[in-house]
Amino acid sequence: MQIVNKPRFITKNKRYCRNLFNDISRDRYLYLLMIPFIAYYVLFYWRPIWSIRIAFMDYSLYKGFKGSPWVGFEHFIAFFKGPFFWRTLTNTFMLSIYSLIIGFPAPIILALLINEVRNKKFKKITQTLTYIPHFVSTVVVVGIVMSLLSPTSGLINMIIKFFGGNEIYFLAEPRYFRMIYTLMHMWQSTGYSAIIYIAALAGIDQELYEAAVIDGAGRWKQTLHITIPCILPTVVIMLILKLGTVMNVGYEAIILLYNPIIYETADVVSTYVYRSGLQEGSYSFSAAVGLFDSVVSFLLVFFSNKVSRWLSGISLW
Amino acid sequence: MNLTKGERLFSIFNYIFIGFLSFFAIYPFLYVLACSVSDTISVASGNVYLFPKSFRLDAYKMVLQQKEIWVSYGNTVIYTVFGTMYSLFLTICGAYPLSKERLRGKKIFSFLLLITMWFQAGIIPTYLNLKSLNLLNQRLGVIIGFGCTAFYVIIMKTYFESLPISMEESAKIDGANDLSILWNIILPLAKPSIATITLYYAVNRWNSFFWAMILLRDNSKIPLQVMLRKLIIETQAGGVSESAVNITNLGYSAETVIYATIVVAAVPIIALYPFIQKYFVKGIMVGAIKG
Repeated sequence: MQIVNKPRFITKNKRYCRNLFNDISRDRYLYLLMIPFIAYYVLFYWRPIWSIRIAFMDYSLYKGFKGSPWVGFEHFIAFFKGPFFWRTLTNTFMLSIYSLIIGFPAPIILALLINEVRNKKFKKITQTLTYIPHFVSTVVVVGIVMSLLSPTSGLINMIIKFFGGNEIYFLAEPRYFRMIYTLMHMWQSTGYSAIIYIAALAGIDQELYEAAVIDGAGRWKQTLHITIPCILPTVVIMLILKLGTVMNVGYEAIILLYNPIIYETADVVSTYVYRSGLQEGSYSFSAAVGLFDSVVSFLLVFFSNKVSRWLSGISLW
Repeated sequence: MNLTKGERLFSIFNYIFIGFLSFFAIYPFLYVLACSVSDTISVASGNVYLFPKSFRLDAYKMVLQQKEIWVSYGNTVIYTVFGTMYSLFLTICGAYPLSKERLRGKKIFSFLLLITMWFQAGIIPTYLNLKSLNLLNQRLGVIIGFGCTAFYVIIMKTYFESLPISMEESAKIDGANDLSILWNIILPLAKPSIATITLYYAVNRWNSFFWAMILLRDNSKIPLQVMLRKLIIETQAGGVSESAVNITNLGYSAETVIYATIVVAAVPIIALYPFIQKYFVKGIMVGAIKG
């Protein structure tokens, strides 16, 4: 038996190799096409991933990767025990919770309201206008927000003064930051995020409404018993996916908006990484904080997608 | 359709409310625009709400005289044009082969691509990587260091997968290879999708500031957004930047100049927006369907 089996195994293996070789040579142009693509990811994704190891080292620019000593989890422990761990973590989660509570329902409500509009032209203009802020750069948006909040000439303070109040230094008081950030983010994203719900609403079978009208249901009843149940799956998926991104706050906007006076509420994990790493030069420590951030957000995204897929078969990948 | 009294009332209220929201969405831009063409005293005392007070274009003259603004505008155009071309090239190079079911190793490559969506290397490793490649303070670094986005590769790949395979097969019989099929048959067919992705890349490039701010030291290389940041943020936060000094030295109120700069920076996107809007909406839908 063994004598019979052995050659057969070899031929099978050989055939596999020959097939593989044939397939690759058949698709050689496709592989050729992939070279720049792979080169990009090797150079600008996997190379940085490999240099994450400095989080476990005492890296200094002079000693380089080879000369810097390994220190294990020292930087992580320093971060967990340090004064900024709870502050940055709380701030990150608080900003996410704010935008979840205030920001998440907004596009759904907007989509429902737009859906009730019968005039097509009005509908179109509304949608166009509400998308615009999404395409304007963070720097411009922050610049506008700062101008509006300016204590001397800003519109908001003019209104407060008009009603007899005193000017408020919005960007110099920690208690306002979360609200400012959330409203700014809402202004930028609500119109655009509504697109997906508007599409879900457009996909509802019109026969359902016709049947409901025959049964004597008014607009309000139709909304309650047809529209909302029909878009509920989309809402649930979006909510789950959103929960997966609670660690990912818009640090680019925060870096532009905050200042040392309001770090207490404005400093999040990623802005702390940016400051301690690029401004203070503690590369290893901030790489460790960054790795912690990446791992936690990876886990959150991963599990929220798993849940979404389990519930509905839809996920980000 | 017969509406009850309550429904009609709701409808009226709804139109007014949505109208108000739409106005609110663009009001900040209108406010900035009005301030940029008003006189400095009205702006500084907060008297401009929606319409300009004593119309003048001094602030724009001031802004357009600044050499730095032009230089940074030019840089942004360079980064946007070359960066978008580079990103698009990489995206197609990756998406087309990965759309072929028969490709050996397709699963592994796709999985490796997905990982880039889940897990980020982080700011510091990315910075040190570019540093070790000698790409700090280089125009090239801003362009080539930030190429394709996995999400757009997947959108493109999904589109390629949706094209009928029969054309490819008949071209194969005629002796065409994969590259000429892609170039002569697939790409012309995929124009609408490519347009959408190009616009996304271009807007991202135009608007990006974070890495340009970190990587570029020389004022002659910085793009408009970084220049704007220096002007707006540092002036308003009370810091003194080189460009802010230039402006205040000339005896103008910095405020109208800031507003004018914001307008100058935002105009290309807002002006193009009505024409490219449909592509954007198409783009988000493609992404959403695939999910």
